[in-house]
Amino acid sequence: MKMLSEKATCNSHGQDSSYFLGWQEYEKNPYDEIQNPKGIIQMGLAENQLSFDLLESWLAQNPDAAGFKRNGESIFRELALFQDYHGLPAFKNAMTKFMSEIRGNKVSFDSNKLVLTAGATSANETLMFCLADQGDAFLLPTPYYPGFDRDLKWRTGAEIVPIHCESSNGFRITKSALEEAYLDAKKRNLRVKGVLVTNPSNPLGTTLSRKELELLLTFVDAKGIHLISDEIYSGTVFNSPSFISVMEVLIEKNYMKTDVWERVHIVYSLSKDLGLPGFRIGAIYSNDEMVVSAATKMSSFGLVSSQTQYLLSCMLSDKKFTKKYLSENQKRLKKRHAMIVKGLQNAGINCLESNAGLFCWVDMRHLLSSNTFDAEMDLWKKIVYDVGLNISPGSSCHCSEPGWFRACFANMSEDTLNLAMRRIKDFVKSTDTNTINEISHQNQQQTNANSKKKAFSMWVFRLSFNDRQRER
Amino acid sequence: MAIEIEKSIVGLSKIANSNTHGEDSPYFSGWKAYDEDPFDELHNPCGVIQMGLAENQVSFDLVEEYLGKNGEAINYGSSGFSSFKENALFQDYHGLFNFRKAMANFMEKIRGGRAKFNPDRVVITAGATAANELLTFILADPGDALLVPTPYYPGFDRDLRWRTGVKIIPIHCESSNNFQVTPQALELAYEEANSKKIKVRGILITNPSNPLGATIQRSNLEEILDFAVRKNIHLVSDEIYSGSAFCSSEFVSIAEVLDSRKYVDSERVHIVYSLSKDLGLPGFRVGTIYSFNDLVVTTARRMSSFTLISSQTQHLLAHMLSDDDFTGNYIKTNRDRLKRRYEMIVDGLKRSGIECLKGNAGLFCWMNLSQLLEKPTMECELKLWNKILCEVKLNISPGSSCHCSEPGWFRVCFANMSEQTLEIALKRLHNFMQKRTKDSYAVE
Repeated sequence: MKMLSEKATCNSHGQDSSYFLGWQEYEKNPYDEIQNPKGIIQMGLAENQLSFDLLESWLAQNPDAAGFKRNGESIFRELALFQDYHGLPAFKNAMTKFMSEIRGNKVSFDSNKLVLTAGATSANETLMFCLADQGDAFLLPTPYYPGFDRDLKWRTGAEIVPIHCESSNGFRITKSALEEAYLDAKKRNLRVKGVLVTNPSNPLGTTLSRKELELLLTFVDAKGIHLISDEIYSGTVFNSPSFISVMEVLIEKNYMKTDVWERVHIVYSLSKDLGLPGFRIGAIYSNDEMVVSAATKMSSFGLVSSQTQYLLSCMLSDKKFTKKYLSENQKRLKKRHAMIVKGLQNAGINCLESNAGLFCWVDMRHLLSSNTFDAEMDLWKKIVYDVGLNISPGSSCHCSEPGWFRACFANMSEDTLNLAMRRIKDFVKSTDTNTINEISHQNQQQTNANSKKKAFSMWVFRLSFNDRQRER
Repeated sequence: MAIEIEKSIVGLSKIANSNTHGEDSPYFSGWKAYDEDPFDELHNPCGVIQMGLAENQVSFDLVEEYLGKNGEAINYGSSGFSSFKENALFQDYHGLFNFRKAMANFMEKIRGGRAKFNPDRVVITAGATAANELLTFILADPGDALLVPTPYYPGFDRDLRWRTGVKIIPIHCESSNNFQVTPQALELAYEEANSKKIKVRGILITNPSNPLGATIQRSNLEEILDFAVRKNIHLVSDEIYSGSAFCSSEFVSIAEVLDSRKYVDSERVHIVYSLSKDLGLPGFRVGTIYSFNDLVVTTARRMSSFTLISSQTQHLLAHMLSDDDFTGNYIKTNRDRLKRRYEMIVDGLKRSGIECLKGNAGLFCWMNLSQLLEKPTMECELKLWNKILCEVKLNISPGSSCHCSEPGWFRVCFANMSEQTLEIALKRLHNFMQKRTKDSYAVE
């Protein structure tokens, strides 16, 4: 009898081969300003490292928060014992107020409708367990965060059906794309339970327009399905248009007394806005009592450490701090974003116009030897090995058009970013399409031999520290 | 004429609608009664005393003392461990190496160095609740079964079954041999599965046992492992109470058994551990899976993405558990204090005419009130439980909630309160027993 379950032996954990390769190469040869200046620069990691100084100074001024003290008194025992899956009330209050603040206080949230989870990874999976049975489908606009293939499908048995978005209209969601996806699901005999959007989008870095939000609500209303809005980048909006939450549109369009109201669920996290992915702070917000109830019970499988809940309850309750943090963080992101856009422009490369997130959606179609995903892979390998930049190929995000890449800009110093820009400029200057063709042909033969070996070793499950959790 | 198509609205999943989370059982209504009228020495001395919560509150002072002297465990920057930024960014599902190393060391110390643990086999999860569910996802498919000896922790019904779709088939254990697992009971359970055409994927034991409060004997562990080998199934050993064995040498870990067999057949064995009981830190969500199977380690690690331990907490514990002075002293002192509490409650119960199963570990004792039952039925047990809850004002756990096949047994926790409160609880029980003796011929 085979020893492990189907889930253990399938590959729905999605440690995608191209991603794996990029990570592996980076780990073997990571850039370091002093120790390894020719190494690979990590641009595939959507981390926010721009505002730690603000967090560190707050911590230094507020030692009680990390010291298990409230008003100078120790509450260590209380916290050590606190494992109530309803979450620390002070923390949930602070979270909901923070979420409101990010939305310009145009929406208010009820902390009783908030469920805490160990990161948004856990929140998304938990929502799937609550809303979808094995074999049911959720529609997702492409391109989307590669981790969704694991988070939404692996243990839940749910399916993802893509809503194809195209560069011709800036990858905006259209009515026809929605309808087409719905039909696709039907053709595959899948019952559609809902739509999941990421707003602001990963990997696009754009906020959903009011029109798109209205379209989505009309669509889920008509089909009688759910809408999940993953808003984990909501605090990273640095340019207009300002962030419009789906909650805002629900209220504006008078959906409050309809059944749609209870079918919209929001996912949030402090991993991106606050740059604290290690602390595993995620949340589900829902107007449906049953979802809140089921998700709360399920959160037993992934609670937030009470030590961490307390620290963040203190931090987020400090309104002076949150105001300063949000505005300063946005300023810094804006500056970085401008830097990378300009740097790429200097190399003759354009990005999708974006106003949020920790990354740019880069258009390298003109550098492809042919308008194919094979050519995209060739280009990507070249950028990883020859240019020394680990960026994420659009195909790993299920983009329907080859040639797009996601490049992160907030997980490194300014100097490193400048270096990355110089490298890419040099690369573009030194090659033209013919040369790319030639080199890529040679590389292809090399890669074919290598990739067979690599493919085999990847699926032999040896203990290896080269495989890493995929980041957003 | 237009055809009206009725819009059907999708509801929630089957899992969300099921009650396999188990929270509708009477076990949880005891909680409710406590929440509504909680005992407090000063403010509510007649309230319900919570004896249904297996928490360890007897050794907090040691942890607090450590924290008082070791600021860098909760702050950052100095002494070689990571900076705040590094720590806050660390979301690698391998877990902090220093933390894994410290956990492996701690587990070794608890076992008196009789087993060795490799940090590279430690997989981190947010609590043992997550660890048990995760292992079930990996070892079994929906519809398959795990064999679990009764009586068992009520939470397993949710943890092992709810989202996984896996079934539990009980291995019935009896008081006649102190509820030990016998090869016959194992076979019976396996046959039951077969007859229902259910595939058995593994056995899950808790050692030391919850709710029995007793360690599993070495010979018994050997039999269970042999059975797993014969049937080619897995063995999960939940050892979360290993540090709560009153006497170190009385606890034998499955790791020790494997060691003596030179690790033959070890790839089917997996250990679950947590700091919720031994260290009294359930709020921090610190669990681990230790597997001797490479594929399980790799898969579990990937799955742990859904349930990682806060790096802030990993940092704290890496410090604390690397401190040999602290851990050595903690383990010994904690054992002694738990033993003392156990003796206190068992003696107190004896004086009231109540016997307990001979225990040597854990945060509770397994109390025998079967002689008080009108009839040896679950209904009578629940009636008695309700009486104890409402009249004696003690929330204890009825054996039926632990799937015990014999009515009349109750789990009574003793480490989640002060000694004074325990005295009060014992007094109340004493009064109750005296009154019953007087009324012993009265009809219920």
